Amino acid sequence: MTAPAPTSTVVRCRINGRDVEMLVPVRLTVAELLRDRLGLTGTKVSCEMQVCGVCTVLVDGNPVSSCATLACDLDGTEVLTVEGLARGRNLHPVQEAFMDANALQCGFCTPGFIMMAVALLDAHPDADQAEVREWMDGNLCRCTGYAPIETAVTVAASRMDAQ
Amino acid sequence: MTSPRSDAWEKVTGRARYAVDAVLPNMAHAAVVRSERAHAYLTGIDRAEAEAAPGVIAVVTAEDLGDLGRRFGHIVPDHAILAVDKVRYYGEPVAVVVAETPHQAADAAELVWVDYDDLPALTDAVTALASDVLIHEQSYVEPGQKFLDVAPAASTDNIAHRNELAWGDAEAALAAAATVVETTTTFPLVYGYAMETYNALADWQPGSLHVVSTAQHPLMVRRELARMFSLPLAAVRVEVPYIGGGYGSKSYTKLEPLAAAASWAAGRPVKVTTDVEAAMYTTRADGALVTVRTGFDADARICARDIDIRFDTGAYADNSPLVLTKSINRSFGPYRIPNLRVRGVAAYTNTSPASSYRGFGAPQAALAGELNMDMAADRLGIDPVELRRRNLLAPGDTIIDGKRPLDADLAADLDAIVFALDQHAFERDAAVQAGGDQHAADQHDAVDVGIRRGRAVAVTASDAGASPISTAQVRMHADGSVTLLVSSTEMGQGSRTALAQIAARELCVSIEAVAVGQSDTRFTPFEWTTGASRTTTVVGLAVQAACADLWDNLRVKAAESAGVPVDDVVVHGGRVHLAAEVSNTVSGLGAGGDVVGEHGTGLGAGAAGALGAGERGTGAADAAPVVKDSGSGLTPAEVIRQWFGADAGEVVGVGVVRRDGATAVLPPFWEIGAVGVEVSVDVATGEVTVEHLVTVGDVGHAVNPDLVKGQDLGAATQGLGIALWEEMVYDGEQLTNPNLVEYRVPRLRDTPRRITSVLAERGDGAGPYGAKGAGEGALNPVPAAVAAAVGRAVGVWPTELPLTPPRVWSLLQQAQQ
Repeated sequence: MTAPAPTSTVVRCRINGRDVEMLVPVRLTVAELLRDRLGLTGTKVSCEMQVCGVCTVLVDGNPVSSCATLACDLDGTEVLTVEGLARGRNLHPVQEAFMDANALQCGFCTPGFIMMAVALLDAHPDADQAEVREWMDGNLCRCTGYAPIETAVTVAASRMDAQ
Repeated sequence: MTSPRSDAWEKVTGRARYAVDAVLPNMAHAAVVRSERAHAYLTGIDRAEAEAAPGVIAVVTAEDLGDLGRRFGHIVPDHAILAVDKVRYYGEPVAVVVAETPHQAADAAELVWVDYDDLPALTDAVTALASDVLIHEQSYVEPGQKFLDVAPAASTDNIAHRNELAWGDAEAALAAAATVVETTTTFPLVYGYAMETYNALADWQPGSLHVVSTAQHPLMVRRELARMFSLPLAAVRVEVPYIGGGYGSKSYTKLEPLAAAASWAAGRPVKVTTDVEAAMYTTRADGALVTVRTGFDADARICARDIDIRFDTGAYADNSPLVLTKSINRSFGPYRIPNLRVRGVAAYTNTSPASSYRGFGAPQAALAGELNMDMAADRLGIDPVELRRRNLLAPGDTIIDGKRPLDADLAADLDAIVFALDQHAFERDAAVQAGGDQHAADQHDAVDVGIRRGRAVAVTASDAGASPISTAQVRMHADGSVTLLVSSTEMGQGSRTALAQIAARELCVSIEAVAVGQSDTRFTPFEWTTGASRTTTVVGLAVQAACADLWDNLRVKAAESAGVPVDDVVVHGGRVHLAAEVSNTVSGLGAGGDVVGEHGTGLGAGAAGALGAGERGTGAADAAPVVKDSGSGLTPAEVIRQWFGADAGEVVGVGVVRRDGATAVLPPFWEIGAVGVEVSVDVATGEVTVEHLVTVGDVGHAVNPDLVKGQDLGAATQGLGIALWEEMVYDGEQLTNPNLVEYRVPRLRDTPRRITSVLAERGDGAGPYGAKGAGEGALNPVPAAVAAAVGRAVGVWPTELPLTPPRVWSLLQQAQQ
């Protein structure tokens, strides 16, 4: 007689610089782990189909949809969420640019956009407008009409380039 | 002036608390069992298996709700918390499962077995209006029942509401007209898609109910919950933290009764959330079939308009009777129309219930009305802008008898649009020629071979602002800083920032010294709604009044401390003076002052509580006298500390807006929509690209220009979504695209290639400093303008939105025939 498939598993990972070791149900998503188990509610969930980008977090530097990634798959990885971007009171340049460019209204999409922009600028520090538009096209915003967001990411790119 | 958003830090760091983030101790989770039929009798619900599932606390159906008021609906109380006896649309809540975790609730919901006895499904308005099958067998309307001026139809013939507006004799005038132009359009069923989908957390306890939800109108929700749960208003607490988008789609009562009933049944705080599919089953906007007939005389002046509006309102009325009434008012446009008849019907259908959505009936009606003006211009051989100019109302003209005269200059708005569109076209052509490069010019021509261009303008005027009922409270602390309490909900529009700016200006303090919290009916004062673009105007007036009241109270306190009559105390320059102190230095009683940047240090006159017996200043930035002797008088903080005899205490001001004074005449303001678009159409694919979008924010005064421009671009973008992509598609009983993959909303790379955002500030509004509202205006004319521009590009007038590539390609084929 074979043992029933385990419904929970231990995951060990590093989230925003903090070591996490937890027994999680295998069906638990990364978004659920962050929001419901760890209280990191900055990561939002909306479409649940990987088209809106609201739930974007970085896993080993790569942007992933946390609503469609299983928490157990985080084992051995390093996760960065919007809460982990600032250094103390100092915001990440992308966060600053979103504030300066008035690139948010309701703010629900903002963490996802910011994480995607961080991923873009980590991968392409000198991203041009076409790259910004291509990378950010996978995130939806219903309030702003996008133009200020595009501006914010472009401004962040130029500021980070100058540093 | 533009101040940075006060919520920006919270929102970029992920710390902002939204309704969906709310938790309560011992909270349980709900999953909703939804109907798998569009129209059927419920013959049985078997919940035994679900009740036995792990973690399940309760499985609730309509029969469990006992003597709870089971139906809600602020206009027509036709909406059961859980379906009673029959279901009326696919996705209607039938039962709710409460369990320890969301997963357990969702798993158990799969184990609730529902038996149906099918009825014919009436999934569009034409079918429903022609059918003998009734969606609602009974009328829920009480005699004399009214919401605002809307008395719901008491019929059961699949009509949720019927209304009309008429003057003159439209039929006779049309018969006598030199030219009659008729237009019929279909406005799609669209979904607001606020990215934070509907959710509610409820905690029922004996004698009290606490709800945290995504409600735009917490006080409206409180009223319905109090009625349903037989509680005093004061015992119902509705708390609304930040909301992840609203756009009208979160108006009135949605999930709150379901969460409250689940909490009542389970004896625990219960949270109900929705995914996008469930959100689409909760509310959408009214679809509309609209026919406009316009008669013109020989000089191309309108002699009559006859308009027929047929709404697809879905299974429950929600706010659609009011949306229909507003749609009627907004259907004929800001034109001189001597003879008018508008008839509207909102039909019940077996689809998701419709309600408010940004624009509130204006986009539906303007699609036909403004497209009709373009078709007429074509027929009459007149430029479409010129045809509009010839018929536009002037400032001060009557739009609807008995309502506020037009408080806007539409001809000037139109000039601004045409200027921007011309400039873009000129620069594009100049760029090609200036290249001096024959190859580039050839390429440009080659590219243009497969491209057709069209441009169009459209204008709308909406009776906005809703009911002018608002209260605000300002609490000034012992250091002179201020807590502003209002029940406006912050859903992204920036109301907390704009209202703080108004309070700061009135109280001569810096914006950083004004804190604005979330709406919470236990603590924040009454507010009618957050909608109809009303907050800056109507709530802004309440904030001004509260600040004036605060200054009066400070004068009383200062007089008591000094032992002088209150009339001997005056407010000037953000300070409180004994009259004798300033009689030699101050002239210009009641002069307002723009003190922004001066942080209330006494430079510039106080905008409120002017000299003498509390006459309120206008806040206009005209010739403010300077009080040079800043040592004279007391700061408000000093007045407070002196009166309390300690470094402690606070003084409160309360402001009220009702149908009186600046808002005696309705609407509080006419919200203008004025846009222009240039589009290009790819002949091979039918794909439409928006080359240029021009919006004019005719807002009287922009309290915060960045916020107004943000509203305009956001609203216009949602209009582009309706024009080009968005449509809920029913195939038989079921919605076929209940997700964001197949329900396509505008994406970043869809943004217009050029955007021109104009602010027209003519000080012609009834709000603070001459302000009028923004938020809906820039959406309203966009679907019509895009339809007209595409029509000009392809040579055939569209009749149906969205203008997807297949639809446009079909138009192109028609044009060739």
